[in-house]
Amino acid sequence: MTETTHTAEPGIAASIAAAHKDVPGGLLPALHGIQDALGYVPPDAVPLVAEQFNLSRAEVHGVVSYYHHFRSAPAGRLLVQVCRAEACKAMGADALLAHAEQRLGCGVHGTSADGQYSLEPVFCLGLCASSPSIAINDEVHARITPALFDEIVEEARQAS
Amino acid sequence: MTTTVYVPRDSAALAVGADRVARQIAAEALARNLPVRIVRNGSRGLFWLETLVEVQTPQGRVAYGPVTRADVAGLFDAGFLGGGAHALNQGLTEEIAYLKKQERLTFARMGVTDPVSVADYEAHEGFAGLRRSLAMAPTDIVQQVLDSGLRGRGGAAFPAGIKWKTVLAAQARQKYIVCNADEGDSGTFSDRMTMEGDPLMLVEGMAIAGIATGATEGYIYVRSEYPHAIATLNEAIRNAEQAGFLGDDILGSGRSFRLIVRKAAGAYVCGEETALLESLEGRRGIVRAKPPLPALQGLFGQPTVINNVITLASVPLILARGADFYKHYGVGRSRGTLPFQLAGNIRHGGLVEKAFGLTLRELLYDFGGGSASGRPIKAVQVGGPLGAYVPESQWDLPLDYEAYAAVGAVVGHGGIVVHDDTADMSQLARYAMEFCAIESCGKCTPCRIGSTRGVEVIDKITSNQNRPQQVILLRDLCDTMLHGSLCAMGGMTPYPVLSAINHYPEDFGIEAPDRAAA
Repeated sequence: MTETTHTAEPGIAASIAAAHKDVPGGLLPALHGIQDALGYVPPDAVPLVAEQFNLSRAEVHGVVSYYHHFRSAPAGRLLVQVCRAEACKAMGADALLAHAEQRLGCGVHGTSADGQYSLEPVFCLGLCASSPSIAINDEVHARITPALFDEIVEEARQAS
Repeated sequence: MTTTVYVPRDSAALAVGADRVARQIAAEALARNLPVRIVRNGSRGLFWLETLVEVQTPQGRVAYGPVTRADVAGLFDAGFLGGGAHALNQGLTEEIAYLKKQERLTFARMGVTDPVSVADYEAHEGFAGLRRSLAMAPTDIVQQVLDSGLRGRGGAAFPAGIKWKTVLAAQARQKYIVCNADEGDSGTFSDRMTMEGDPLMLVEGMAIAGIATGATEGYIYVRSEYPHAIATLNEAIRNAEQAGFLGDDILGSGRSFRLIVRKAAGAYVCGEETALLESLEGRRGIVRAKPPLPALQGLFGQPTVINNVITLASVPLILARGADFYKHYGVGRSRGTLPFQLAGNIRHGGLVEKAFGLTLRELLYDFGGGSASGRPIKAVQVGGPLGAYVPESQWDLPLDYEAYAAVGAVVGHGGIVVHDDTADMSQLARYAMEFCAIESCGKCTPCRIGSTRGVEVIDKITSNQNRPQQVILLRDLCDTMLHGSLCAMGGMTPYPVLSAINHYPEDFGIEAPDRAAA
């Protein structure tokens, strides 16, 4: 996740929105750009985006909140996604998710108290023949056992 | 002499450490002063063997797998650069039974080529279909697609040629080709493999669709859960543009076609075509009522061909070899091949491309080798999270759209998820309703409210609160969702639920005689 100075955020969000305002259907690419740059879509950015796209704040908020991918608050330094879809369930994803909650010290959709981890469910990473699978900050890992989970998380923590 | 070594760059290989294996091979080769060229190919789709490292030898490509970083030094010691014997040696790749028994038409290049190399693609029949199309009248291209019998591989199985014909006939200032790459179904990964392992095939298919219908712009809407696919597609598109297969004046033909990749944002329902269009237009992905059909009023209100990845990726071969060649494969009205995806609790999970008409039992045992856990297979969900659970009594049906529809099941996108006898079907039915409640776009009541009520009713059944009445209520609710929902999200959620209760009543605490009434 990107370290940010909060004072710069509105300016960054506004300039990204401005760069996309003439792109056909550019609202999602703009929101992706903001989240990629800041790690989330700050609520303060919503009116700025709305202004650029000539939309109401409610419309922009509606889009941000509709999609699971967009966050309105920063994630932990490591975003850990555990697949909950059927193929992974068939290979023990439910137990893996319970293990993840315990290991990371946060519930599903939560962030650990030290800001280190956020845990999110994900519905299919497309690794269904190598299940169960997880992703950590977009890096995918397959055939996960609880022991392997701990190893991978620790490695990612040290690398981040 | 430099030896070529192939190490896949497919996500399923990366997820088990392919990058580390590639780095270790490079390091060992350097240390031993052996000249090696590493090509990052796509995956062959034999996922239990990933990371599957292949070595080019005079006899052909020799496979080693599953290779981990720790195995690499030993492979060098065993002389793997010359195809040497080793415990991980799988023999010639093409001779591996799992691969050899397949009918790879669309996936012929998968794992063979460097996914982003235009030269490699062309050396393996790539762009032959586009070159042929450029010399044909648009109506003739559309006729080829119609004659091939190709039906949409996304799930609905609507004839692709009819969509194309409608768009071709429509008069408009601008038309679009939209690729639905929002592959969100559990158990499916053939779209991801295509985008990561042979993206130029999709590029070519979309360019042909553009030339056939008069569309000069295309969008590929890819799920955000597939970052590797997005990166590979963008790389492939740049290379195709530089080589003159995309952009203005394709190969000097005077035809133009531009391609844009759009990242989705994690809403399952955006795999439904009208919700996808809303999302591409920058709104919440809420389903549109049809009519108007997207073919007439689609993206930005203009005529739009919207097909899924495998549908569009099937087109280059049809144009290169002709409709008759393709039509020759398959059974009944299900023509050609489907890349079946074996997933979940299966020993040999992976991609199996075969003509329609083989059976689930063949896939599960001849290819899959039975369950991964070694326990009996209990239920198999075919066609994604909205597909039915197919019990053993139906495993000998031919996989064809009509035969499956006749028993209340769907072939869908070819996803096959295996569960062993530890699966609790009442909990999987509950999960289907819960998934629908989370992912419903909310526009229609049967889906939005029905799914939430469905979870509650199943909970009452499993905890035996007025069980007989609740079972009747659940069936009634499913009937409402089936017939009253605006799209397949609510309309198909009853498939896994009803199949679970019909075929596995004991998991719901219901007496077996109910099976007869099902």
